[in-house]
Amino acid sequence: MQSKRWKPWALLSPALSAVFLLLVVPVCFIVVYSFWLRSPTGADIAAFQFGNYAKFFADYFYPSILLRTIRVSLESVALCLVLGYIPAYFFYRSETRFKSVLILLIMLPFWISFIIRTMSWINILGDTGLINHYLIKFGILSEPLGMLYNEGSVLMGLIQYLLPFMILNIYVSLEGIDKSLLEAARSMGCTEWQAFKEVTLPLSLPGLSAGSLLVFVLTAGTYLPPMILGGPKNEMIANLIFKRVIGTLDWPFGSAISVVLLGLLLIIVWTYNRYLGINQIFKSLQGE
Amino acid sequence: MKHDLQEKLDRLFEKYMNGEIGRRDFLKFLGIAGAAVGMVGGPFGFCGPAYAAKSIRFDGWGGVVSEAFREHAFQPFTKATGVKVIDGEFGDMDTYLTRVKASFPPGGEFNLAHLSGVFDYARYAGLKFNVVLDESKIPNLKNVMTAMIEPYRAITNGTLSAVPYDYGQTGIAYNTKHIPKDTAEKLGASLLWDKAVKGKLGSWGDWRTNIWYAALHTGQNPNKISDMKAVWSALEQQVPMVKKYWGSGAELMSLLANEEIYATVAWSGRVAALQAQGHPIGFLSPHNCYSWQECIFVTKGTDLDVAQTLLNFMLEPKAAIAVAVGQKYPSSLDPTKVPMPEAVKKLPAFDPTGKLEGYLFADPAFWNSHQVEFAEKWDRIKAGG
Repeated sequence: MQSKRWKPWALLSPALSAVFLLLVVPVCFIVVYSFWLRSPTGADIAAFQFGNYAKFFADYFYPSILLRTIRVSLESVALCLVLGYIPAYFFYRSETRFKSVLILLIMLPFWISFIIRTMSWINILGDTGLINHYLIKFGILSEPLGMLYNEGSVLMGLIQYLLPFMILNIYVSLEGIDKSLLEAARSMGCTEWQAFKEVTLPLSLPGLSAGSLLVFVLTAGTYLPPMILGGPKNEMIANLIFKRVIGTLDWPFGSAISVVLLGLLLIIVWTYNRYLGINQIFKSLQGE
Repeated sequence: MKHDLQEKLDRLFEKYMNGEIGRRDFLKFLGIAGAAVGMVGGPFGFCGPAYAAKSIRFDGWGGVVSEAFREHAFQPFTKATGVKVIDGEFGDMDTYLTRVKASFPPGGEFNLAHLSGVFDYARYAGLKFNVVLDESKIPNLKNVMTAMIEPYRAITNGTLSAVPYDYGQTGIAYNTKHIPKDTAEKLGASLLWDKAVKGKLGSWGDWRTNIWYAALHTGQNPNKISDMKAVWSALEQQVPMVKKYWGSGAELMSLLANEEIYATVAWSGRVAALQAQGHPIGFLSPHNCYSWQECIFVTKGTDLDVAQTLLNFMLEPKAAIAVAVGQKYPSSLDPTKVPMPEAVKKLPAFDPTGKLEGYLFADPAFWNSHQVEFAEKWDRIKAGG
């Protein structure tokens, strides 16, 4: 009996050790650092003070970047929801034997480096890029259209990165819906649209919310698309952390910003778990 | 193994972005690299460190610079001493310093690095990562320009923790198809505030370079800025004109080559590379242009005998000139003592006198003491805050 009680813990111990050493300990370091000070040479001075947090909230500048990050994350979620539902629904309703190949194609972009995928947009959206080249060549425009280095191009880079997460989450949720429910709705006089609105959509909400949470959290912590595809006013909170930690060697202030971001994300995840249940994400990841 | 491969792929990608290799070759090399990993990667990758018993680590900018180092300094050095040089790479100075600071003990796993300018030398010395080199064991140091050595001695009380290696300028690159040479020369630093380039202007994201040029635009000496208000105001005016703040040399070259931007601050060597590829890019070096030098820094904890021997190999004229031609920055060797080939003499910023008179370098005392204040203010202005 005694040995049975310990067995799960013994089996879990490698995973728990990894989580503890690679996640909990570094986060603790970051929290401790956030109370330290930076010396004029860039060395860290051990201290316990709240100056770094006070600096973050001292005026509107830093919180405004945090708010922009939240706004862009929400935009990214909304776009991924709209763009992701269509292919996920197609996979669900499709009877083709190539369904697994189509799903594999969704994963295909992950085989290419994220940096290369992001930079490739420069060749598509740039002044001398593919789109402008043909718009000018066919006489539709005389001057190139400014499509790069703005919030639109940042969102484009983010969607390219995050859309597969959303599609897979929605698809897994749709796959769990018994198709006889749709048939029942149709036999009771529902139109195709009504059946979708009254049956499919509500039952796929867990997948939509799980995908939204993943997309939101990943957007809030990303820094490559704003750095490569963004203009001067498109920086997000992760870019700010990068600059403070790497650019000015101000690890204490960079840590304080990281803790603020972490706190915000924890509140969102907690709220999600409280009302929708975090297990939806694991279901999707397991492909249930 | 994994590290080597990553560096090779990074170099390959940089070459592709620089336009040095075509898309087909890029994909072909990528495929070959993938196949190589498939055949010799995995658990065999762990065999690497085992045979590198006696070794020294060098971190540099990669690409043609590292290739020149490998061929002309590292291989002869290994042949002569039996000591292997582990050839690492970094993307920029700040990231590298963060890695050095984060290593345990700090600086412990790093030995030699191709650092930028006196400014960074001072930062490393400030963090106590420096050593005291025995100059008698680096005889080739006598060929190095005195004007380049002295700023380092001033920081570390007459001693050296590095040898100067090359120098260059962050001047202004402009597209000669859209901006006539006469206009550029007439405007000087103020070209970066000319309304004609609005929306087609680029700049480096670096706070120091932007403040330097704002000081020139407002008629001040960048090392003795007295009116910071005027500098911030000039930058506030400039930000709406800027299309992109670039973050790497490859990005700079891509922006200029694709005509995304017509004018930007730019590193002289990168402009020379673009000119060599036939792009219509001019280089403007206005009065008090931002000059800088690079050194080979030795980090605390390094085997000094090995490091000094390697430094001497790197300062051999054959190696130093090959690196200068490869990276397109003039060598620190005094051209009045060591004859330079035409390829070096033609490089932007080359000084045939070996005295570097008229070259203005960043004063580390001024810039380091204002680093956090300036960087944070610059972030706000750049973000339009």
